[in-house]
Amino acid sequence: MRPVNVIITEIIRETPTIITLRTDIEPDAAPGQFVMVWVRGLDEIPMALSHPGSITVQSVGKATEALSRLEVGDSIGIRGPFGNGFEVKEKGDREEKEGDGEEDGAGKGNKIMIIAGGVGGAPLLPLALQAHSRDLDVTTLIGARTADELLFEEHFLKCGAISIATDDGSKGHHGFITGAMELFNLAGFDQFYICGPELMMKSVLDILRAAGLEAMAQLSLHRYFKCGIGVCGACTIDPSGLRVCRDGPVLSGDLLIKSELGKYHRDATGKKIMF
Amino acid sequence: MSSTDLSIQLTGLELETPTILAAGVLGTTGASLKRMTGEGAGAVVTKSIGSEPKEGHPNPTMLKLDCGFLNAMGLPNPSYRDFRKELSIASEGGVPVIASVFGAHPDEFVEIIIGLKGASAYELNVSCPHASGYGTVVGTDPVLVEEITRAAKRTTDVPVWVKLTPNVTDIVEIGEAASRGGADAVVAINTVRGMAIDIHSGYPILGNLYGGLSGPAVRPVAVKCVYDLYKALDIPVIGVGGIGSWQDAVEMMMAGASAVQVGSAVHDNVNIFSEITSGLSAYLKANDHCLDDIIGLAHRKVEP
Ligand SMILES: Cc1cc2nc3c(=O)[nH]c(=O)nc-3n(C[C@H](O)[C@H](O)[C@H](O)COP(=O)(O)OP(=O)(O)OC[C@H]3O[C@@H](n4cnc5c(N)ncnc54)[C@H](O)[C@@H]3O)c2cc1C
Ligand SMILES: Cc1cc2nc3c(=O)[nH]c(=O)nc-3n(C[C@H](O)[C@H](O)[C@H](O)COP(=O)(O)O)c2cc1C
Ligand code: FES
Repeated sequence: MRPVNVIITEIIRETPTIITLRTDIEPDAAPGQFVMVWVRGLDEIPMALSHPGSITVQSVGKATEALSRLEVGDSIGIRGPFGNGFEVKEKGDREEKEGDGEEDGAGKGNKIMIIAGGVGGAPLLPLALQAHSRDLDVTTLIGARTADELLFEEHFLKCGAISIATDDGSKGHHGFITGAMELFNLAGFDQFYICGPELMMKSVLDILRAAGLEAMAQLSLHRYFKCGIGVCGACTIDPSGLRVCRDGPVLSGDLLIKSELGKYHRDATGKKIMF
Repeated sequence: MSSTDLSIQLTGLELETPTILAAGVLGTTGASLKRMTGEGAGAVVTKSIGSEPKEGHPNPTMLKLDCGFLNAMGLPNPSYRDFRKELSIASEGGVPVIASVFGAHPDEFVEIIIGLKGASAYELNVSCPHASGYGTVVGTDPVLVEEITRAAKRTTDVPVWVKLTPNVTDIVEIGEAASRGGADAVVAINTVRGMAIDIHSGYPILGNLYGGLSGPAVRPVAVKCVYDLYKALDIPVIGVGGIGSWQDAVEMMMAGASAVQVGSAVHDNVNIFSEITSGLSAYLKANDHCLDDIIGLAHRKVEP
């Protein structure tokens, strides 16, 4: 598809480094799907949809800074939605498992844990909203460097319980989000949905692995995208050769535990960059 | 049910099926290439590899249009030094791995071929339409194509294929130059120069402004190029451009292709190789043909 022209209708400052751009279109997308955002004449970058017609942008470089300078009425090009998105289980179709989570008060239905680090909250918010509307029991762990940078705290709170971790201790648990996980009986949850910096995702997955829960985790991965439509091969991961842009960006924990996750990624040339 | 044997000898390589993954498509890593062998490709061609790391052009680099695809990747690659390991991983897939290489002059091709030891064959990319100093700039000059091919042949004992550009007045002239240089096969075609403009803003869409057209739109162009090359050359012609079904593969073979490469069609289906193979097999069986019966058939129908 050619890029669709979208007009910025509203700009919401979420944190000192993160803004949400609302647009005049609402593509039909599953939670976790992304769009390729064309900043004309400059670059085109992948961005999760944080609401049906919105992207939530953290300014880290050329293209994201250009997006952060846009004003209401400006336009950008959007292609998508692309990728697979998170799988949200319906209430009641929880998999039978030992212990069943009853002891954790999970008898109400499926219990899910969302773990959002930094701007990783962007693809997870539509998931939380969908799960909440399906009457699932949602717990969200939100992590950030500092209290100012916590993303979508209010929104996630509307979907269920939240727990907060900040690196500097300015709010919630002092330290990484993995520390906040220790406060929960993880075995009482049916699915884990994770997005954030790669090393955070790796630590979270290691904890789930130790509890034998890695197969119940869905992680949204970041890789360098060129084509974004599954043809060029720039975003493929080892050793499966799966394409993050097309077979992902959401991949299961049991697949990722055996992958390059947390070890290395590749730059625009295809060269391995160690974490 | 035993299926018709589709195994072929192509420039001395043994292929279980005549379907090959085209250069630059899912060929950035060894694991990705290996995955495509698992999808039934009879051989795989790597992303084109150069002598220095290259990031390629800025995004957008690829666009799906109604009629096909436009891309201007700009030959991103980590250089042969960093690709060696990927090549050996790709080889674990158990099918021939052809290393695609690009350079600006014969010495550069030689350096890369020496640095990328272990490939089953080399495909010289003298045809990328959108990288300045490389590809088409080289591949439209018959003298240079002949020199590069000869230098490559002197450097390696494994087969050398030369991939041609359709962005010339007469592709046969370039094919003949490759053949004189000692090429074991020619591969036709690389993408056809094209462009798309965003009517909302007036900006050219591709980061490089223009790029190469592939997919269904170029199939008739590719069929004609393969037809002409088959008629003029004594070496095998490998057909590529817009093949997305077994019917397309049969058409390309009737034009004269000994084998086909598939690129853009993996967009719709990564399992395209197995699909083409089983369709081809059923077609040959139903018509009581073997592969040799159909290769170049379109020439026999109109010439005594
Ligand atoms: C599926 C997916 C969803 C994403 N969703 C969001 C989101 O919702 N919000 C958000 O703020 N960020 C998101 N990102 C990250 C975002 O794409 C990068 O921050 C952005 O590309 C940086 O571009 P830049 O020009 O500002 O920075 P640059 O200075 O060009 O690069 C900074 C870093 O960003 C990354 N990057 C640059 N270009 C690309 C590219 N084409 N593909 C992938 N990574 C790239 C690289 O790791 C690079 O080192 C997502 C990435 C992916 C893969
Ligand atoms: C995304 C993309 C990248 C490509 N990269 C290369 C390349 O690196 N080297 C090359 O010789 N051809 C490259 N090609 C051209 C293809 O190998 C093939 O010749 C062309 O796409 C026509 O075949 P198709 O219609 O089956 O895609 C590329 C094509 C695409 C779509
Ligand atoms: S970015 Fe091209 S295959 Fe994923």
